[in-house]
Amino acid sequence: MTAMGVLSQLLALVTALLLAPLLTGWVNQWRHWLQNKSAPGVLQPYRMLHKLFKKESLVAEHASQLFRMAPYVKFGCMLLACAIIPTLSTDLPLSPAADAIALVGLFALARVFISLAAMDIGTAFGSLGARREMLVGFLAEPALLMVLFCASMITRSTSLTVIVETLANRELAIYPSLLLAGVAFTMVSLAENARVPVDNPDTHLELTMIHEALILEYSARHLALLEWAASLKLFAYSCIGLALFFPWGVAEAGTPLAMLLALPVLFFKLALGGMAMAFIEMVSAKMRIFRVPEFLGTAFLLAVIGLLVNVLLGVG
Amino acid sequence: MTAFAPQFINLFATLILLLSFAMISQRRIVSLINLFAIQGAALVAASFLLGYVTHQPDLYVSGALTLVLKVLFIPWMLHRLIRRLNVRWDVETLLNIPTTMLVGIGLVIFAFSLALPVSRLSDSIAGGSLGIALACVLLSFMMMITRSKAVPQVIGFLSMENGLIFAATTVTNGMPMIVEFGIALDVLVGVLILGVFMFQIREKFDSLDIHNLETLKDDQT
Amino acid sequence: MNALAFVLGIPLLGSLALAFTGHRPWARDVNVAFSFGTFVAACFLTAHTIAVGPETLWAQQFFIDPLNVFLVTLTAFVSLTTAIFSRPYMRVEQDHGKMTPPRMRLYHSMYQLFGFTMLLGFTTNNLGIIWVAMEAATLTTVLLVSVYRTSASLEAAWKYFILCGVGIAQALFGTILLYMAADKVLGAEHATLLWTSLNEVKGQLDPTIVTLAFVFLLIGYGTKVGLVPLHSWLPDAHAEGPTPVSAVLSGLLLNVAMYAVLRCKVLTDGALGTPMAGELMMGFGLLSVTVAAFFLSRQKDVKRMFSYSSIEHMGLITFAFGMGSPLANFAGLLHMTVHSLVKSAIFFTVGHATQKAGTQVMSEIRGLIKVNPTVGWGLMLGVMAILGMPPFGVFASEFLILTTAMREQPWAAPFLFLALGVAFASILARVLPMVFGDTTLKALAHPPALLPVFVHLVLALVLGLYIPPYLNGWYVQAASMLGG
Repeated sequence: MTAMGVLSQLLALVTALLLAPLLTGWVNQWRHWLQNKSAPGVLQPYRMLHKLFKKESLVAEHASQLFRMAPYVKFGCMLLACAIIPTLSTDLPLSPAADAIALVGLFALARVFISLAAMDIGTAFGSLGARREMLVGFLAEPALLMVLFCASMITRSTSLTVIVETLANRELAIYPSLLLAGVAFTMVSLAENARVPVDNPDTHLELTMIHEALILEYSARHLALLEWAASLKLFAYSCIGLALFFPWGVAEAGTPLAMLLALPVLFFKLALGGMAMAFIEMVSAKMRIFRVPEFLGTAFLLAVIGLLVNVLLGVG
Repeated sequence: MTAFAPQFINLFATLILLLSFAMISQRRIVSLINLFAIQGAALVAASFLLGYVTHQPDLYVSGALTLVLKVLFIPWMLHRLIRRLNVRWDVETLLNIPTTMLVGIGLVIFAFSLALPVSRLSDSIAGGSLGIALACVLLSFMMMITRSKAVPQVIGFLSMENGLIFAATTVTNGMPMIVEFGIALDVLVGVLILGVFMFQIREKFDSLDIHNLETLKDDQT
Repeated sequence: MNALAFVLGIPLLGSLALAFTGHRPWARDVNVAFSFGTFVAACFLTAHTIAVGPETLWAQQFFIDPLNVFLVTLTAFVSLTTAIFSRPYMRVEQDHGKMTPPRMRLYHSMYQLFGFTMLLGFTTNNLGIIWVAMEAATLTTVLLVSVYRTSASLEAAWKYFILCGVGIAQALFGTILLYMAADKVLGAEHATLLWTSLNEVKGQLDPTIVTLAFVFLLIGYGTKVGLVPLHSWLPDAHAEGPTPVSAVLSGLLLNVAMYAVLRCKVLTDGALGTPMAGELMMGFGLLSVTVAAFFLSRQKDVKRMFSYSSIEHMGLITFAFGMGSPLANFAGLLHMTVHSLVKSAIFFTVGHATQKAGTQVMSEIRGLIKVNPTVGWGLMLGVMAILGMPPFGVFASEFLILTTAMREQPWAAPFLFLALGVAFASILARVLPMVFGDTTLKALAHPPALLPVFVHLVLALVLGLYIPPYLNGWYVQAASMLGG
């Protein structure tokens, strides 16, 4: 618990909070550009958050305490997730709080609360969204776990900081299982972050919504927190992906100068990742909802094959 | 470069396995053919790399043969065939895709466990890929069984040959040249014959659905 | 050696020649001529090998020893007699409109090419080339099976191609594994798939690899032999093609596959030292005999019934070779010979019968003996022969196999007896009405060629009664080659 550690943790938190909406805006910007539309600008999410915080919150008459609590819970979970993923530095005092498995559990916790809140009011679309969210989550969670296990098997630890440190410090090694895990992870993150081909974030048709349907009833600061939490989730997933598959540039413990370097490196990596995501969204068409289990099943099985390849090739 | 060769070969092996899975879960025939061509390309790359690392010109020849046959000629022929047969619609499968995937996983586990003791004995630098090659063969076999149209069955057959050639390349640095030529000739003639057949099946049954080809039974009069 | 060049070159040349001229009326005679030439060359080759002993030829790529040379001669002989049978048969088919000139060209040239691939498979020393030859034989016969272009024959040919293609791919994997085992022992520069080289070092081949290799090879080549449960292509393919094709498929191609399995078994036994290979073969063989015998009773199509009989007999042969003792090997070789002769003879008579009746359904063929006594008697005698009645050769070999089984593998004997008994009853029950009984069939326009039938049956009879000493020595030598 050194001062450097605390500093790096705080820096990681603040970076996550500030950069997440920028990442969302960047991805949206590129989506629009690739579709030959004019974009609202990368700072649009900030403007939206600013607008929402100033408004008056309207809550349904028979909403319970759960409904009011859920945005805070989700925001808290996402923030904690971002805090323990090594983005800038592997010296994170909060990291013992949760390893890879608990990370998945954090996401699950957030998902449960938001689904319950959606069903709380009793509207049809809320229940629809909640059920779909649980379907996607039920299949995506094992896949994500398997992906994380792939990396854990190679590095012999489930703690994210140890994974990043080990993978970054090894001499250049191409792990075939990470290829399979990478494909699986891309599929899972597309599903979890409500991107095409699983869910269209731009949609205004309630019957095609998954994520949007959950937050239909919210307004003002609750909505702002939920939108911010969604951006943080995207940020967290991107950082997990970078940590597992492109871990270079993250500062080690006790190297303050490296942390200064880590920030532009993170920027760069996230920018590329965002563009790639926008590209994938452009070339895919949204799947019908009954195809989603196939999609996620494929991701799960690819991750399991990655694990098996690890065993076969004698790694870990 | 030479130090990384085993990793690259393993990478190609995994890519080939990935493509086998992609082919199983693929619904559209045009994408199937393209995936098959990419699988052939990965195989060619592995052959060339292995040939470069082990200084065996035979592998270059083998790779060139695969390139001409499996990456260029056969996919071109298949594309032409499906254009003329007009079979570009979606492929139905006998099992639904998640079940197919689960069975595929079982086959992969089976193949890996079978090959593990043998691959440990291999002298080649890429010996670990034997299990992956066997898994590809079994997955292609499954693709042949679970598809109900003629073209995917043919592609499954060709993909199985890909897996076998890959096994030969990685485990024993290729087979004797004459054998490789013989195999290539067989595959080529086989595909040509299958192409002719598909036309005739189409003529007789007005469709390439394999269910039409299941009428011969024991107690049929 | 020159004889080998002729043995391989004549069918190849014939195939090329008939590809252009196969539709002419004299093409059928040319076909017979080429087959005759091949047979003569095979006889020369046999005489040479008996005199000189086993030898490798042409940079060690070809290997002739007593085991394969007698199979070569058998193949050439049956090809010749089938070609003779095919002369009038195909003429009738052409008259009935089932064969057009392009298809006749295809038929004749593929017939010769098929002969070439079989002979190549027997004489090559390279295990990889055996595979190539087997696959090529499959391809040529696929074209032959589908030559009528009916929906049933297309289905049979498609199934044949796909199932055999899959099976044979397993055999390729086994071959690759064998090559890997050779690689370890002989080193990368001298690693080879030549059987003679592998035979010399078979004791040093790694048992793990060879075990796995043999399993794949047995499954792969076993598919082509028709072992249950990999047999589902066989009844369709043998039943749907023209009858000469059924005859060579049942009589000859199954032998080539069996030969490939045997060569691999010799290597495996040397490498493992345990009887695993033999036990596997016995298991598959027994399964095939039993299952085929029971399926026999359900058949309504005469050619399908006899193709199940082929599965049964190949199962018996596999069982015999699986037992592995010298006597069992001898019995297996004898059975291979007489089975080829008798089964093709049966298919000849059945072919004529079905041509007369216009149908392959057994309940619609009646009273052959009244219409054409020679066909009727031919069928009756052929069936008696294949069912193992003395004094035909099948009785001798089955007797040997059964007694060896009772002595060495007593648990298997009841199954064998049961299966053979069931087959006996089923076939006889169906053939008797076909031969005797009332009929309204008319004679055919062209007299059938029944000489081949009776030549085969006489040979089978002779082999049952008395095996000439040089033939006996041949078999014994061959049996000892198999490690007995």
